[in-house]
Amino acid sequence: MSDPFSLNGGSAVAMVGKDCVAIASDLRLGNQSLGLSNNFEKIFQFGDKTFLGLTGLATDVITLSEVFRFKHNLYKLREERDIEPKTLANLVSSTLYEKRFGPYFVSPLVAGLDPKSNVPFICGFDSIGCIDFAKDFIVGGTASDQLYGLCESLYEPSLEPEDLFETISQVLLNAVDRDALSGWGAVVYIVTKDKIIRRVLKTRQD
Amino acid sequence: MDVILGLRVADATIIATSKAATRGITVLKSSDDKTRVLNPHNLIAYTGEAGDTVNFAEYIQANIQLYSMRENDIELSPKATASFIRNQLATSIRSRKPYQVNVLLGGYDVASNTPTLNWIDYLGTQVELPYAAHGYAAFYCTSLFDRHYKKGMTVDEGLELLKMSLKELEIRMPLDFKGYYVKIIDKDGVRDAGSL
Repeated sequence: MSDPFSLNGGSAVAMVGKDCVAIASDLRLGNQSLGLSNNFEKIFQFGDKTFLGLTGLATDVITLSEVFRFKHNLYKLREERDIEPKTLANLVSSTLYEKRFGPYFVSPLVAGLDPKSNVPFICGFDSIGCIDFAKDFIVGGTASDQLYGLCESLYEPSLEPEDLFETISQVLLNAVDRDALSGWGAVVYIVTKDKIIRRVLKTRQD
Repeated sequence: MDVILGLRVADATIIATSKAATRGITVLKSSDDKTRVLNPHNLIAYTGEAGDTVNFAEYIQANIQLYSMRENDIELSPKATASFIRNQLATSIRSRKPYQVNVLLGGYDVASNTPTLNWIDYLGTQVELPYAAHGYAAFYCTSLFDRHYKKGMTVDEGLELLKMSLKELEIRMPLDFKGYYVKIIDKDGVRDAGSL
């Protein structure tokens, strides 16, 4: 209780497939045990094929999504191109470390495809910006323990986009059903080289 | 333990606030209005730490009015107003002495003809909702709203639902709130709907 990371609840997960990545989150926003909103998205898009998931303290989720939108807009003006997932990861890392002794209470995830080579990229961070590079999957939020368990048992490498969608959806849905602070709907993004698929999932409403 | 409730209906937003101003176990006033009109189509209702609430609400009010003076009488939209308030609170929470104020922002967007209700807490958490409440009242009222709220309700149906939840509060909560002020925000602006 009164842990800033679990005040509002929420979870997110990202996975790598064959020439594709997926990132998904729940839609709940609460105040401790009280559910407030079932439409609070925690995944933000930067350019064509780069996504950022932000779980943790909701005020910081909103603040950081605005900070990164601003920094991405400046980046686009300077570079005349969208940001690469790897560059966004380093931007997230340095932005979080700027607040080393008074951190934002979030666990961000980055997922995307390299704009040129379409090589999948995912990574996660702690609240002060330490990057956790992963080849397979990354989890975050109040159901992160459950997400780890489900990822370890359901994930397999080199899944096609539709199979990856099924895997990440089952992982998220079954993880949040064992967490009182997550759930209330979910959203899944599948990123392939020629299209982004966004699907909103129906979940248990308790 | 102040009560502030908000309800968005088809073409208006309704805000209800308790009249009692309490300090510890003493009721200091039974005609306290916990709202401020920001501009013709925006109203905030607030609860929280005694001195902070009015100071914060009037600071917001002054800045929203200053915007209209500077920008040729253009009203700041509910969405922009909510964003401004959130930003102030989110900045304040990481300062030496943060404002301990929770607010509901009832608004009517004149450009798109839509009523809005924004829930914002002292941390700077902001959500747009069909119905909302702050504090203990939220536990009793949200469940009632969940059961009886329907999309596209009329103002009268909204007021009925509001009466229902205020009655529930009187049954379930240990305090006398000394009645409630009800305000309606619609295309014609903010109007007083009397007290319940």
